[in-house]
Amino acid sequence: MVEQTVQIISNERDSDAYFRLVLCAPEIARATQPGQFLHLRIPPLRDALLRRPFSIFQANGETVSILYKTIGKGTDMLARMRADEELSAIGPLGHGFTVPARGGETPLLVAGGYGMAAMYLLAERSPQKGIVFVGGRRRVDILCEAEFRKLGWDVRATTEDGSYGEKGLVTLPLLAQIQNPKSQIQNPKLFACGPTPMLKAVAKIAEEQKLPAEISMDEHMCCGVGVCLTCVIPVKKASGWEYQRTCTEGPVFDSREVLWEAAK
Amino acid sequence: MNLSVSIGKLTLQNPVMVASGTFGYGVEYARLLDLNQIGAVVVKGIRLSAVRGNPTPRTAEVTSGMLNAIGLQGPGVDGFIEKYWPFLKSLRVPTIINIWGTTVEEYAEVARRFDALGGVGALELNVSCPNIKEGGAQFGTDPKLLARVVASCRKATTLPLITKLSPNVPSVVPCALAAEAEGSDALAITNSFPAMAIDIESRRPKLANVTGGLTGPCIKPIAIKLVWDARRAVKIPIIGMGGIQSAADAIEFLLAGANAVAIGTANFYEPQTALSVIAGIRDYLQCHNITDIRDLTGAIRLS
Repeated sequence: MVEQTVQIISNERDSDAYFRLVLCAPEIARATQPGQFLHLRIPPLRDALLRRPFSIFQANGETVSILYKTIGKGTDMLARMRADEELSAIGPLGHGFTVPARGGETPLLVAGGYGMAAMYLLAERSPQKGIVFVGGRRRVDILCEAEFRKLGWDVRATTEDGSYGEKGLVTLPLLAQIQNPKSQIQNPKLFACGPTPMLKAVAKIAEEQKLPAEISMDEHMCCGVGVCLTCVIPVKKASGWEYQRTCTEGPVFDSREVLWEAAK
Repeated sequence: MNLSVSIGKLTLQNPVMVASGTFGYGVEYARLLDLNQIGAVVVKGIRLSAVRGNPTPRTAEVTSGMLNAIGLQGPGVDGFIEKYWPFLKSLRVPTIINIWGTTVEEYAEVARRFDALGGVGALELNVSCPNIKEGGAQFGTDPKLLARVVASCRKATTLPLITKLSPNVPSVVPCALAAEAEGSDALAITNSFPAMAIDIESRRPKLANVTGGLTGPCIKPIAIKLVWDARRAVKIPIIGMGGIQSAADAIEFLLAGANAVAIGTANFYEPQTALSVIAGIRDYLQCHNITDIRDLTGAIRLS
């Protein structure tokens, strides 16, 4: 984990409200593990002081990139930044995904919207190729499909309006795959990142199908390093439950440990 | 050039500390800055037992500041000693432990526990957290109750005591005087201001707790005035805090009457703020041919 002033290499619109930001940050790139995040201070935000967390999409030699959606003040201002401008980054942060061992589990990834970005490095580094189930409301919400295909992964897209892939929720083809008696998948393990209702649905499937699952939570954060206690989620303990930090114990949790009925 | 200041029998190498609740237990920031360069580490509030804290959302960004209602989540005395004390003990700078309770007796018991631990720099009495139902601010807004808390802690420990006053009073002076009279070695001014924010689309409060405490640069001028009010009433050292982002902000607090300062919310967005404030204070002293930081305290010119 380092704090660095980093230069923007590019910040281009991917589609619709989605952008790709590439930063020159060799130290962060080298240290990044799948599922970790960057905490960015966006200078044009001025009197909105806090940093914004973003899952790391790709980490290649000198560069790290994020794939983000403009959803508010912070991301709107970030989208206006240009190549060569600088911002402050802290990273890589957080506890990421467990990369399967060679010959170990076959990953089944479940992504909702820009949650897809958080899973790319896991797909890249997993010795077993798996399937990525990606869902969105509309066609434009299906992101970086080409990158996953380039890795040799099977991509199954769903959209709620049926404008692309199968119509419906991402959990439908996932469940069909798991329950398919002809499935050749050895030792499947679920990994998910997306909106909380989707994560809850994946956790339920994992529980019912008795499959292991790691889920990445997307919570508001202030400090990103474990001191402010903003990003907490309820996690089961031997005696009851406690709030744990998404920035530090997470963002990736074992889905069985999350107390879903108390999660927002 | 002398940068060192004293809080009771505790000497700090420089007057820049970090504010309780914005720096965890120090270890979280150890990879982002050299903790041994700052004046003191002040840890998040601790009571006897572990505390789960408030439901989420717990914080909200507002113009030039933020609201929080964390609810003093923490490991309790035993959890703290087991999990965090070995690291803090290894630092060359003192650790100041922020303590709280729901009764006068609990404050004293926590003080006793840390007195017995050995190696603690000072205790900061949190009588001003606005976000918990019992304890916290109820002790910091009534000078009589505050006097009982300070007096019972004074009996429980020989460690320097810092009383962190609430801004949520018509005047800070009666509480400042009560703390001084009962043997508090210093005052910390100020804590967060009761505040709220509403999402106009959902019409829901931005905090699950509905209300919270406002911190950040937006409170700085109010905090400066509180320090100024207290300085004219008490002789004991004052640690000024509230929205400090730069050396200039810190120097303002010193001129208003603070002997030391603490960096709070800025730690969240610029973790190296304490270090840049120390460097900037050094530059200021040099530029103004001042050889002792203590000469700045209360050095405001009124005419």
